Amino acid sequence: MSANSKGDLTKIPHQILEEAAKVGLETQDKNRSGTYFHLNQETVAAKVNELFEGKLELMDVKAALKKYPWLEEYRWKIVSKDKDEYTKKVAEDYSGGYFIRILPGAEITFPLQSCLMITDRNLEQRVHNIIIAEENSNAHIITSCLQHSGVANASHLGISEIYVKKNASLNFTMIHQWSENTLVRPRSAAVIEDNATFVSNYVCMRPVRDMQMYPVAYCKGADSRVSFNTILYGQKNSLLDIGSKAVLTGRGSKAEMVSRAIAREGSKMIVRGMIEGDTTECKGHLECRGLLMDDKSFIHSIPELIAKTRGVDITHEAAVGKISEKEIVYLMTRKLSRDQAVSLIIRGFMDVGIMGLPDALNAEIKNIVDKSTEST
Amino acid sequence: MDALEVKNLSVKVEGKLILKNVSFSLRQGASHILFGPNGSGKTTLISTLMGLPGYEVTSGSILFMGQDITHLTVDERAKLGIVVSFQNPPEITGVKLGELLKLCLGKNASEDFSAEEKRQIEAFRLTGFLNREINVGFSGGERKRSEILQLIFLKPKLMLLDEPDSGVDVESLRLIAGEIQLYVGKSGSSALIITHKGDILEHVKASYACILLSGQFHCFTEPRSIYEDIKKLGYEGCVACRRRNVEGWKSEREQ
Repeated sequence: MSANSKGDLTKIPHQILEEAAKVGLETQDKNRSGTYFHLNQETVAAKVNELFEGKLELMDVKAALKKYPWLEEYRWKIVSKDKDEYTKKVAEDYSGGYFIRILPGAEITFPLQSCLMITDRNLEQRVHNIIIAEENSNAHIITSCLQHSGVANASHLGISEIYVKKNASLNFTMIHQWSENTLVRPRSAAVIEDNATFVSNYVCMRPVRDMQMYPVAYCKGADSRVSFNTILYGQKNSLLDIGSKAVLTGRGSKAEMVSRAIAREGSKMIVRGMIEGDTTECKGHLECRGLLMDDKSFIHSIPELIAKTRGVDITHEAAVGKISEKEIVYLMTRKLSRDQAVSLIIRGFMDVGIMGLPDALNAEIKNIVDKSTEST
Repeated sequence: MDALEVKNLSVKVEGKLILKNVSFSLRQGASHILFGPNGSGKTTLISTLMGLPGYEVTSGSILFMGQDITHLTVDERAKLGIVVSFQNPPEITGVKLGELLKLCLGKNASEDFSAEEKRQIEAFRLTGFLNREINVGFSGGERKRSEILQLIFLKPKLMLLDEPDSGVDVESLRLIAGEIQLYVGKSGSSALIITHKGDILEHVKASYACILLSGQFHCFTEPRSIYEDIKKLGYEGCVACRRRNVEGWKSEREQ
């Protein structure tokens, strides 16, 4: 069976879907414009909702490369094969990944969903994803990456190359749910053309053994814009080294970065952010805030600003510290117990509202975040 | 029964004795005005009554409706019906005013405000603030209005109000004080109001007032005459001329 004729989710075992639903997969795919599912080493579903046929393409990337020889022009172009041992491994061999193309002028009113899941123990999942948002298109993508809770030792190496063309708008939300023994190495980059907008949201609410990523957005187009919003909840000795980088070369280009990190139970978190201004009339702001819940954890915040020419306007603010006793007591005067006050502060801190999502998706992700903080 | 009875209370802040063996009581269903210069211990008193951390009771006891609350936690006191307004309430990232008001009312996030609650929010001119993060970018007057509305939504039995009239314009003062009076009058609860100004007396019907000076109470009397005396003589002068009256308020009939 060729990968681009893969069907819907009906062939996927129920308990796997249930697990994926916890991180945003809509199993009835009614409210989604398309669904992609990669299980272990294979693309098992890739289907466009019939309402959106002719507006977007969704298939396994290997099938797409066969169908469209021109796609080679988008592969390994903004992420280098030789970047590190992980990119080299994926270049050597990989099991697929998604190819998503939003056609010119298409308004994709329902989010498109993808899910990459590991259920085999000791698996090294290697994928390569390519997204092209063609000119004047508008879409939201939600992608969930997870490891089944019963699986020991696995790693996920994922390359993502994202192209946002003239006047296009792409909102990309990634939710990770790994486990205490997963090694995760995403390698992502995006190019943003004239007057285009790319919003990259990242949510990680579950423990992970070792996670490192530093996606980069190249704002090449005039008046191109990028936002990175990151919500991290580090627990159970998680090691998270997460950053984002924007390179502003287009005249009038803009970057905004907001990150909120909570560390507890011995988690080590390095939260980076870099904005590089290469042209006059570019603008950027970076906000990095961390909450430390105990003395066994640490947060290392590294905001960096680089200006290469006069007229660059880039700023940052960073604040890292313990949860405020004054805020807790204030809420306790409003009849909340100490525990209720702490959990309200945490929920507020992990404010999904920063991500610019449509209401329905906002509510779904808020629910995921609230559930994760409640259960600890 | 008095709403609140404080006996021989001494309180230290950062190792320094601020309240020195003070005793007083608050009448049920009445508003009480507490005057005193900066640094006299007024905020320490209110904070101690609420049980805020950093205020160490070294002697004495606090009884609320006959129950000893000296060692209860903040939330336990709040649940008994004691509430406090903050002069400088903290900003809390991501927590919306609307969410906090629902918590004050004991509602779930999914429940809506009733028509009467909506009317009150509108009366406090806070409808446009429901989706704003609590106190973030609020002006002085907006913070005060938000504080008092939260307190009223908590349906308290005793309100401890730390300068509800400071930093607010005339119109906001009339609104805030008027709503406090309305609530106290309707619910039969008590209030202890710290103030430096007499303007609030035009809107709140208070029968009792006293001066806190250097950690001790003086001049238990009624608010208007004492306020006039303070204006004329200053706190020290006022206390000097009324020194005898340190035992507490007489009943209204005796006054």
